[in-house]
Amino acid sequence: MSVTVDAVMLEARAGSLAKRSIKTTTKVAGIKLAIACMDLTTLEGKDSEGRVRSMCAKALHPAPHLPDVPHVAAVCIYPNLVPVAKDALRGTAVKVASVSTAFPSGLSSLEVKIADTLEAIAAGADEIDMVIDRGAFLSGHYRAVYDEIVAVKTACGSPSVKLKVILETGELGSYDAVRRASDLALEAGADFIKTSTGKVGTNATFPVAVTMCEAIRDYTRRTGRRAGLKVAGGVRTTKQAMTYLVIIKETLGESWLTPDLFRIGASSLLDDLLMQYEKELTGHYAGRDYFPMD
Amino acid sequence: MAIFEYAPAPETTKAPIREQYGLFIDGKWTAPRSGQYFETVNPATEETLARVAYAGDEDVDRAVRAARKAYDKYWRKMRPADRAKYIYRIARGITERSRELAVLETMDGGKPIKESRDFDIPLSAAHFFYYAGWADKLEWAMRAGEQAQPIGVAGQIVPWNFPLLMAAWKLAPALACGNTIVLKPAETTPLTALALAQIAAEADLPPGVLNVVTGDGATGATLVGHEDVDKIAFTGSTEVGKAIQRSVAGSGKRLTLELGGKAAHIVFADAPMDQAIEGIVNGIYFNQGHVCCAGSRLLVEESVHEQIVVRLTDRLQTLRLGNPLDKNTDVGAINSKMQLEKIKELVSSGIDEGATLVQQSCELPERGYFYPASFFTNVQQSHRIAREEIFGPVLSILTFRTPEEAVEKANNTPYGLSAGIWTDKGSKNMYIAQYLRAGVVWCNTFNQFDPSSPFGGYRESGFGREGGVHGLREYLAH
Repeated sequence: MSVTVDAVMLEARAGSLAKRSIKTTTKVAGIKLAIACMDLTTLEGKDSEGRVRSMCAKALHPAPHLPDVPHVAAVCIYPNLVPVAKDALRGTAVKVASVSTAFPSGLSSLEVKIADTLEAIAAGADEIDMVIDRGAFLSGHYRAVYDEIVAVKTACGSPSVKLKVILETGELGSYDAVRRASDLALEAGADFIKTSTGKVGTNATFPVAVTMCEAIRDYTRRTGRRAGLKVAGGVRTTKQAMTYLVIIKETLGESWLTPDLFRIGASSLLDDLLMQYEKELTGHYAGRDYFPMD
Repeated sequence: MAIFEYAPAPETTKAPIREQYGLFIDGKWTAPRSGQYFETVNPATEETLARVAYAGDEDVDRAVRAARKAYDKYWRKMRPADRAKYIYRIARGITERSRELAVLETMDGGKPIKESRDFDIPLSAAHFFYYAGWADKLEWAMRAGEQAQPIGVAGQIVPWNFPLLMAAWKLAPALACGNTIVLKPAETTPLTALALAQIAAEADLPPGVLNVVTGDGATGATLVGHEDVDKIAFTGSTEVGKAIQRSVAGSGKRLTLELGGKAAHIVFADAPMDQAIEGIVNGIYFNQGHVCCAGSRLLVEESVHEQIVVRLTDRLQTLRLGNPLDKNTDVGAINSKMQLEKIKELVSSGIDEGATLVQQSCELPERGYFYPASFFTNVQQSHRIAREEIFGPVLSILTFRTPEEAVEKANNTPYGLSAGIWTDKGSKNMYIAQYLRAGVVWCNTFNQFDPSSPFGGYRESGFGREGGVHGLREYLAH
């Protein structure tokens, strides 16, 4: 039985964390951290080999004229493009994450989902971003959701393959459900719990992130195993990214502020981070054209 | 190593502070006939901010006379809609200068800027806006057969924990009803009341309608004892409140008292636990616990006692104590040296009586009056820390086994200002609330305020209400 969540007070707490003032040296450190923890993502029907190669180049060198900027943690793509990304990122520390299990709806048979996962692993994926079956969750079939996560975790094989479990919180309807789904995914062996696919109306929000952090904190307290959080969808501005760092720091602690335990899934966010970074260094905003697109 | 340590983020707005303040009497700044001044200190730095006039007997008398003259000459006779215009102007004046007032409040009192900025000042303005709207609708506050008439001259004495806000709570309804005022701010925090006097002057409030006399307890006592004052409104300690009640007995003066508290904050096992922790933190560490309705007595169901202590211990470490002007500060400075000594004395009594102390581990600034966020476990009902108001960031945790026991323990105090309940079950919230002898009961939240909502106590927490139509009626003869 999960602890319950009071929406009013939760939103007040998230609101107060969003008011932390992040300036100067903290902002610079936070921007670098956000980049180092980023899963640079492209998940569109029109994704192609060329698009993925171009994104991989940016993942590795986000801004060639700013040498202090780190590479991102991973690229996140559809499974059939894993070989392309692996090739583009060979010999680098940037991981390749593949969405899986009939992303984004998760409405397929378990066999298809396992096959989806095995194929991505065989192609060299370092990380798997699976979705839970929200239909099953919302109709109360918690066991089925749990078993499916366990099965996908098994399919991942080596423990070095990180499994991120997408709860699609925008479809869960309440913070109580977010908390329950978080607890369930953690118990089932998720290495990360992840907010969203980015494909529904409501994606990552601050109160949802706080709730998921609290679930992770309580799980770690109970079991000793440290699991991570990935926020994804709708994170476009540096200010939002800084607030997520604040939420992690003040709920889980600074030791969670590492790519091993925290990720931001995003695409356009990277450009805003780079612009804000340069502004902190030079005191001026450079136009978008001063940064490589993609 | 700290990888994401918050850099200092001080509020940069400057508050204009004069070197010396006179008394605001009859619409003018005047030197005190007492000839005396006292210093007001920034409790976070121990530096003197300004010299403030000390109002002696003669000064209080001048202020009351000015208020009486203004009452007879302008204010009681003014069209209510015109009175409202002045009150709206004051409200707008506060809003326009909100950042400056927030800085001033924080410098003079020690509270974190995020609280003065997001709570004290906006809520002060909201009270003026709210009661301005009432000024020409007073008959709607009346019962059958009652006539809405002002009382006369009100003497208002406010405390140091929410200096501007407590002044606003008292001034706004008094003005709306057509009374004139002599306001006595607290000795340690006079500056925002003086700034408010300036705002009132700039709003062209007729001279004498609002007078501000600064001073100490003796100044307050003179005001209370003045024969031409018709109404006393006091917020402060129970001890002083009792003395005031004795002093006005038989005088025919109307009286409202908002005094101390030792609020029970009840957490049931089925509470939304993480939000309950936030409620507890807000309940006791808000404004360093200098809150009369602070949730200072935590009653937790025995089965969740351990997990609450674990969660709260962790949460304490994330509170940021330090420069009150820093936007990321959660716990600011204790208001005065005297108050700091009082907190220390009560904490050592708790240790002596066998309770276990847990504190946030942080370095206290070298200068200024600071006290770490703290709580006691193993507290018994008989301990002083469970019975006396500490008025600091110190929580006492007790346990209960059944809802009946929770109610019994919650009510087992001479006070009755506020209470809190945390349970995910709505019916339990309502059921318990009706048995708590407290003026305000917060369910799954704490420290929520709104101008339309009455606030006030039971028993030794005082009588009379502030806020809402109830607060309005305290300033009407009926």
